Amino acid sequence: MKAILTVHNLASDLVTTIWTPVFVAIFLAIIAYAFWPRNKAAFDKAAHLPLREE
Amino acid sequence: MSQPSISKSMTIGESGLAVVFAVTAFLCVIASAKALDAPFAFHAALSAAASVASVFFIVNRYFERPAALPPQEINGRPNYNMGPIKFASFMAMFWGIAGFLVGLIIASQLAWPALNFDLPWISFGRLRPLHTSAVIFAFGGNVLIATSFYVVQKSCRARLAGDLAPWFVVLGYNFFILIAGTGYLLGVTQSKEYAEPEWYADLWLTIVWVVYLLVFLATIFKRKEPHIFVANWFYLAFIVTIAVLHLGNNPALPVSVFGSKSYVAWGGIQDAMFQWWYGHNAVGFFLTAGFLAIMYYFIPKRAERPIYSYRLSIIHFWALIFLYIWAGPHHLHYTALPDWTQTLGMTFSIMLWMPSWGGMINGLMTLSGAWDKLRTDPVLRMLVVSVAFYGMSTFEGPMMSIKVVNSLSHYTDWTIGHVHSGALGWVGFVSFGALYCLVPWAWNRKGLYSLKLVNWHFWVATLGIVLYISAMWVSGILQGLMWRAYTSLGFLEYSFIETVEAMHPFYIIRAAGGGLFLIGSLIMAYNLWMTVRVGEQEVQMPVALQPAE
Repeated sequence: MKAILTVHNLASDLVTTIWTPVFVAIFLAIIAYAFWPRNKAAFDKAAHLPLREE
Repeated sequence: MSQPSISKSMTIGESGLAVVFAVTAFLCVIASAKALDAPFAFHAALSAAASVASVFFIVNRYFERPAALPPQEINGRPNYNMGPIKFASFMAMFWGIAGFLVGLIIASQLAWPALNFDLPWISFGRLRPLHTSAVIFAFGGNVLIATSFYVVQKSCRARLAGDLAPWFVVLGYNFFILIAGTGYLLGVTQSKEYAEPEWYADLWLTIVWVVYLLVFLATIFKRKEPHIFVANWFYLAFIVTIAVLHLGNNPALPVSVFGSKSYVAWGGIQDAMFQWWYGHNAVGFFLTAGFLAIMYYFIPKRAERPIYSYRLSIIHFWALIFLYIWAGPHHLHYTALPDWTQTLGMTFSIMLWMPSWGGMINGLMTLSGAWDKLRTDPVLRMLVVSVAFYGMSTFEGPMMSIKVVNSLSHYTDWTIGHVHSGALGWVGFVSFGALYCLVPWAWNRKGLYSLKLVNWHFWVATLGIVLYISAMWVSGILQGLMWRAYTSLGFLEYSFIETVEAMHPFYIIRAAGGGLFLIGSLIMAYNLWMTVRVGEQEVQMPVALQPAE
């Protein structure tokens, strides 16, 4: 039981320490995805989606 | 009509659900008989009646329907399911009028307290949650369910998943509203703002909401359109987050399974923090994310222009998701909540300026090349003005979350003014605009009965909003300044009752504003009713769509 709690504490320490940089990294990745030049055509098409339906 | 066909049999869903409701009816009768308090007995009896009605509805529907379930496609085009959408649209209009009316009543009670007639059922304390729940969850919720079921079908080019499930969602959700609303009038409440319904209503909502999520997800999974449109992302964030918030804020232990009263799992400041984590994210994910989904679909569609920047919509979405969830502590400034937590809440609230205004710009700029339509199309004008109100109230909100501003604004009418500029201006107008689009589409009408009446609705309601929010701003700042005024000797300058007296004229103006908003909604209801009744049918549709009676 004690071992489990130690593992739990270590895990929770780790998570609470690194979540900020992890979330920031994920968010930066999303911005990169949004502005990636190769995605532009697909996004421009998606912007027209409501106008394109039957 | 129903000829016995060779292979007609109940689906597993139909027979299973009928059995479940039959058992539920039986259990509810027992619960009603053994109830410890009258409201619980009433609610159990109501549930028993609704369960019996559900069994009847399922079996009757089975006998009426052809052997095969409705096809997914007809002539290569998706066979969209409009029934549940029509029902939710109707209920939205119904609850909207009811909620605005109750709002007008309690606004009048604040101006003239004798209007509660000394009756407990219509006292301010009971009617106030009835008003907030009716407008947010009953009106707003039905608008969100109706539009989300429409948008997910159209933008995925697929029929809504499930046969009975969508009906279970719309009927089950409205039954939850009925239980919650009658409970407030009878004094049943767990006293958490926007989460007043007691444990049994919470459990029922959980079941309904999970089915809602499954219907929505399953429709996305079987989509024909490869890309998941941004509005669906916002709807999904709304559905998932509301589920998390509901489960997070409502763990409670009933005193008895045969009684309405329960006690929350944690107390003190933990409870307060959980409550406002819930409360503010209800604003963020119910009143914002869900209605932004409406903005991203209905404005492009109505303006016949593409979304101004799809890139911005992606960043808007994720920035909102990452930031909103931390803003709750600004409701607990200068309380027992640790100071750093208050500052954290304030900081994230201020950061929310960016995605909020990014989204507003995206919505407004979608009109580029079509600005002239604002002159001719009052529905589009309503949608666009709603986005302007969104920008205004999301500027005001972060400002009020700054601690020094909050020390003046908190507990005053300024908060009420802020909430209503968002609720009436943003959520109300974007919902009205969406319903004005949705009703002709769902009932297959060429257009609305009268655009002139929409114009009247727009101006009457706008005037109402302006009266409402300006009265509350003046009243709130006056109130805040009077509370903190000291004499030269260091005593408080005003007694509390003097501040109450000073509010009186503004309360009358506020009630007048609410009255105008209600009148606008009545004009709308008439217009929509006539659209369905006498509106011209869109050409070239199979007669399978029967006109409403």
